[in-house]
Amino acid sequence: MSSFWSNWVIILTSITIIGITWLLFANRKKDKNAGETTGHVYDGIEEYDNPLPAWWFFMFTITIVWGLGYLAAYPGMGNYKGFLGWTQEGQHDEEVAKAEAKYRAMRDRYLALPVEEIARDPAVLKMGQRLFGNNCAQCHGADARGGYGFPNLTDNDWLWGGTPAAIKHTLINGRQAAMPAWGSVLGEQGIKEMTAHLLNLNNRSVDPALAAAGAEKFGLYCAACHMPDGTGNQMMGAPNLTNGIWLYGGSESDIAQTLRAGRNGMMPAQAKLLSEDRIHILTAYVYSLSHKEG
Amino acid sequence: MKHEVIEKNVGLMIVLTIVAISFGTLVELVPLIFSKQVSEPVEGLKPLTALQLEGRDIYIREGCNTCHSQMIRALRAESERYGHYSVAGEFVYDRPFLWGSKRTGPDLARVGGRYSDDWHRAHLMNPRDVVPESNMPAFPWLFENTIDSSVTPKKLQTLQALGVPYSQADIDGASAAVEGKREIDAVVAYLQNLGTVLSEKR
Repeated sequence: MSSFWSNWVIILTSITIIGITWLLFANRKKDKNAGETTGHVYDGIEEYDNPLPAWWFFMFTITIVWGLGYLAAYPGMGNYKGFLGWTQEGQHDEEVAKAEAKYRAMRDRYLALPVEEIARDPAVLKMGQRLFGNNCAQCHGADARGGYGFPNLTDNDWLWGGTPAAIKHTLINGRQAAMPAWGSVLGEQGIKEMTAHLLNLNNRSVDPALAAAGAEKFGLYCAACHMPDGTGNQMMGAPNLTNGIWLYGGSESDIAQTLRAGRNGMMPAQAKLLSEDRIHILTAYVYSLSHKEG
Repeated sequence: MKHEVIEKNVGLMIVLTIVAISFGTLVELVPLIFSKQVSEPVEGLKPLTALQLEGRDIYIREGCNTCHSQMIRALRAESERYGHYSVAGEFVYDRPFLWGSKRTGPDLARVGGRYSDDWHRAHLMNPRDVVPESNMPAFPWLFENTIDSSVTPKKLQTLQALGVPYSQADIDGASAAVEGKREIDAVVAYLQNLGTVLSEKR
């Protein structure tokens, strides 16, 4: 605040306080001359003009004194900082520093340990569950079983790899899947054939002629990412198409729609949001979901 | 001066009442209008693109701000959950600001980039599909309505007149930028931009 505005605030605030004090004291009636009336008469009813009760008057006085004390202790008078030196940001930073001091050492201890090890520690899993609830559950569900378009994290079937390193990479950098739309390339007949082939890979009953035609096209268009046998490639986030797990639905029409329009699932990067130690704990939690011990 | 004089002259009472209550405004509000801290943008703040601006207007139309605040207070409990607390310089291009005062849903001040576009679409189509316990209404019509691109340049022009630094090229290209887009595209673009100017690791 410039010194002009600082003075502006100081002067106006002072005028207000002095004015109110003056108003309070100048209007004070002391003599309790009982029986004096205001002079209003209406239908023979008169109004007493007694002084303000003392406790009431003192409450006003106390608020003024309190206000002066407050302005001395806290920032209020223009650029004057108050003798406590309090600021909103300062209080926030202090709270954060206090919490850091309390939890930092503990998290750093976990950070130094391998994910596989701390994934068995109930304390870590408890923390991980809370972090998961706040940061991951919106998409993957509170039980981490995912939903339409959001992968299930408990089934040990991984799009981008389920090793601790791969999970951590996913958390830090996010993932962007890129399944192109094949509608115009395959045509409706081609999509029908491909769908039959994919269902066939999952041991569902299909027209063998359609499936055979699809298998041929699969080698041409799909095998580059999904591998010739359809088991997928975690380097590219290309899902395994043979295990009956479908991110976007496994019905004939769902699969056809995926082929037609493509799918571009995206996991947002957490690098800018979460600190390394928290990501480490989250990695352990996610890892533990599919590595439960008896 | 006798009370009676004031009480029997309504005109005088109005004037004195205005004087009495104006002190708060003069002290608390007027200096802020001239304060750099609240009138200058934070570093890196960009005006909303035409599409994001349309999204913001839909956000206002649907009343999102009645249940979602856009104001992270400087308290650890809030910065821990939502990210860096909000600062005045983030809102200098917001007219009107959408801080809100009630959180039926979570604060959205830093929702940008936290979820995928697909998530926002699924969530706005039917919130229960992704968050089973949600009590947010569904907004399926956003997927059907297209944006009226003819008024978009006027919106940018109005904001430009109010001091938002849009260039002539922004205004000229505004219609084309939103042409044929659905309302959902605009809302998602707006949400994905919210609060991204400041980031802080938790």
